[in-house]
Amino acid sequence: MSSTTISNLEKEHITHHEHVHDHDDHEESFVSKYIFSMDHKVISRQFLITAVVMAVVAMTMSIIFRLQLAWPGEKFAFINAMLGDKWGKDGILDPNMYLALVTIHGTIMVFFVLTGGLSGTFSNLLIPYQLGARDMASGFLNMLSYWFFFVSTVIMLASCFIQDGPASAGWTIYPPLSALPEAIPGSKLGMTLWLVSMAIFIVSSLLGSLNYIITVINLRTKGMKMTRMPLTIWAFLVTAILGVLSFPVLFSCALLLIFDRSFHTSFYLSDIYIGGRPLDNVGGSPILFEHLFWFLGHPEVYIVLLPALGMASEIIATNSRKPIFGYRAMIGSILAIGFLSFIVWGHHMFMTGMNPFLGSVFVFTTLLIAIPSAVKAFNFITTMWKGNIQYTPAMMFAIGLVASFISGGVTGIILADSTLDINVHDTYFVVAHFHIVMGLSAIFGMFAGVYHWFPKLFLRMMNKKLGYIHFWLTTLTAYGVFFPMHFLGLAGVPRRYYTNSNFPMFDNLVDINEIVTISAIIGALAQGIFLFNFFYSIFRGEKAPQNPWKANSLEWTTPMAHLHGNWPGELPTVHRWAYDYSKPGYDKDYVPQTVPLADGEEDGGEH
Amino acid sequence: MNLLVLLAIVLLIIAGHQLLRVIELSRGLKKTKEWEITDTDNNMMGKAMLWFMIVFFAFFFWQVERWNDRSLPDAASEHGAKIDALWDANIYLITVIFLLTNFFLFWFAYKYRGNSKNKAVYIPHNNKLEMLWTVVPAVALTFVIIFGLKYWNEIMSDSEDQNKVVIELYAKQFDWTARYTGKDGKLGETDFRQISGSNSVGMDTSDVLGYDDILVKNEFHIPVGREIELRMRSRDVIHSAYLPHFRAQMNCVPGMITYFKFKPTKTTAEMRKDPYVLKMMDGINKARALENKEPVEFDYLLLCNKICGASHYNMQMNVIVDSEADYNAWIQKQKAVKTVAIK
Repeated sequence: MSSTTISNLEKEHITHHEHVHDHDDHEESFVSKYIFSMDHKVISRQFLITAVVMAVVAMTMSIIFRLQLAWPGEKFAFINAMLGDKWGKDGILDPNMYLALVTIHGTIMVFFVLTGGLSGTFSNLLIPYQLGARDMASGFLNMLSYWFFFVSTVIMLASCFIQDGPASAGWTIYPPLSALPEAIPGSKLGMTLWLVSMAIFIVSSLLGSLNYIITVINLRTKGMKMTRMPLTIWAFLVTAILGVLSFPVLFSCALLLIFDRSFHTSFYLSDIYIGGRPLDNVGGSPILFEHLFWFLGHPEVYIVLLPALGMASEIIATNSRKPIFGYRAMIGSILAIGFLSFIVWGHHMFMTGMNPFLGSVFVFTTLLIAIPSAVKAFNFITTMWKGNIQYTPAMMFAIGLVASFISGGVTGIILADSTLDINVHDTYFVVAHFHIVMGLSAIFGMFAGVYHWFPKLFLRMMNKKLGYIHFWLTTLTAYGVFFPMHFLGLAGVPRRYYTNSNFPMFDNLVDINEIVTISAIIGALAQGIFLFNFFYSIFRGEKAPQNPWKANSLEWTTPMAHLHGNWPGELPTVHRWAYDYSKPGYDKDYVPQTVPLADGEEDGGEH
Repeated sequence: MNLLVLLAIVLLIIAGHQLLRVIELSRGLKKTKEWEITDTDNNMMGKAMLWFMIVFFAFFFWQVERWNDRSLPDAASEHGAKIDALWDANIYLITVIFLLTNFFLFWFAYKYRGNSKNKAVYIPHNNKLEMLWTVVPAVALTFVIIFGLKYWNEIMSDSEDQNKVVIELYAKQFDWTARYTGKDGKLGETDFRQISGSNSVGMDTSDVLGYDDILVKNEFHIPVGREIELRMRSRDVIHSAYLPHFRAQMNCVPGMITYFKFKPTKTTAEMRKDPYVLKMMDGINKARALENKEPVEFDYLLLCNKICGASHYNMQMNVIVDSEADYNAWIQKQKAVKTVAIK
């Protein structure tokens, strides 16, 4: 946006300050305001609502395959209703469709909900707001970022409705299974669509990430030093850097797979006999694919988690009415996690035939990452120590996030140890581990963010009591789903088995699978409470005040209207860090960043 | 079941509708706003956090108590016993961390629940504390790393044993074939282009070393107390040879040969008499009886543990661990592969 437009906008908002309403920008058409919008707040809402829809789809898929896993061979009208006679004949799930559902569930959750949804929503909303910027550095790229994301979601959903079914080689799409249409029906058109969708998704992610980085570096308002930024922004910045450095590798990984599939190259294929004939491909290696995939895949875990941790920092500090404990150490941990996340990918590959010596290097680097993670967890806990905790629904989810970050994190110590990984690699122990970290911790971060910043997103409040009910039902059922999975893993149950009762070894585990599925169904229904609260509050929630949580950061200094340019008049000037809660010498228990330092007062972030 | 799901959905819709009306009606009457967190809220939720911790820990111990004896029996291999010992040490370590940190988290959540009369204490940081919880995990992790890598290097080292048994596990959609070396102690070369109906593992017919090789399906035998070197190959996609009772696993990758070595310590017959295994099989057979399935005895299994297609879940093979004498008697009875010998 050029400086002339900004000054024009400012003038306009100064003169019309008193008349600011929802229908403020009367010159803008509906299309340019709500559809092809370049405003970060609208784009943020677009990402959020798309992600909510995708999350519902992926969650429904998980219920379908959980029904099969708990009661294999049982007939469910629900399955038939969802999948039709082709894949749910008589209400029994088709084995190929089972794998397809597992694959698309993982893909949607990891990429569309926790990457696009989490970063897309909150980086877009909070980077300009918390930095005191009028908008993103490039509104146009930002708009493209959303629409590429939208197109990729449409393609991914469309792939579920084609004749051979969607991609079904697991969300990690290891070739040769994903490369050979003879190997599985999902590797026909479904896989092509998956790859196309993912390529477009990567474009979206790159456009978004570049924009976030440039905005954080260039558009901080006067006084907003890097060391005064809220930790949310630090997390979004490092997340965006991770995305920019690792997603292009996934792109090349997918591109080579497209070549192998469509143009008869042999990057990943060698010595294969399938469909009654030997293939011509010689010299490729599936291990190459795994390296390229996990070079994105592991940073991806932190792309998912860091924004959640960043938002939790903000929410826990605000609602404990205390500064975040160890602000500098928190920044250091985010940077350390960001750096280390690039040199740990091999821990996904201990059992792949990769050189064991290389494996030992990855054991070392992976276990190192536990140190900054531990520092973060301890700092969260100490932030609450001697606080005056305000139980907003957001705070409850933030505490839930810390609890699950610990519970899922400690099993990471086991899995990072190549020796111990031998026997639990690819079992339900792994499924339990990453679901507690991503499916609980990161999702809790997302819920916390929605509850906390809903007033900024939609200018209204969500219902508090429904928020409480939603939190407790979600927490209880989520542990009911994922905790027992550890024990399935200890019994040696492999992942992605259509049924565990085809041979006797796992027959004594039926009741564990039933507990998991029943918890999952209740948990899924509980999300109905959230969906209702969310959509209802968008339209009819109580009108929000300007600073409902009595928070310090800049987003709460904007008027309660979606102004183009965020602040009427001048941009705010920042005089202090964002965490002066309950600071001695002040009557109120919060001091917004815009309040100048008193004589002789030290800035908290400067220690 | 279907009826239940339908009922739940209907109830949910009704509940939602009722809630909506209650909220709309009560909006005018309410004293507090949605953003105001009252002392009652804080008190209730703070206490609920503590209750949750108790329920959470109780659930954890309930699971351990109830399901611990369903985990795999003690390792039936030499290196597996070491993995088990290391596993136990690590599990105790993380259980302590898990319980302690969660305790502090929920205890603080309870103890410092908000009250309008209180004010939080301004504590931005404390270098000593932060140093403490950087150094302590670092030291603990050093031990984890040292022991982990020590065992890893032992387990993954090349087999030096002269008396070892070399077996090739050949994976394809959706079954396993085991190939033994025969009398010469060497496996013949392979060539995937020569795969045919009668040459299912793609043996190179020009290699004389392969003439006495033995192919086995459905179940394969190994002798107790001798080192077994597995060489894995795959015909089509990636599979993974997973032998959970021996704590052994390695992917089978097309275009590569991968290795895993282990020394079994208990025969199948011994395992069938092991009290832990007997109890476990009792549980399995009870569950089978409910489904009207016949009772079974314990068997070692080779499972596929890498998604490989529609019948991934059904790609397994029995492993029989014999005494040396039984194994020798069994291998004597096996015939050399025909495809190659005829040529």
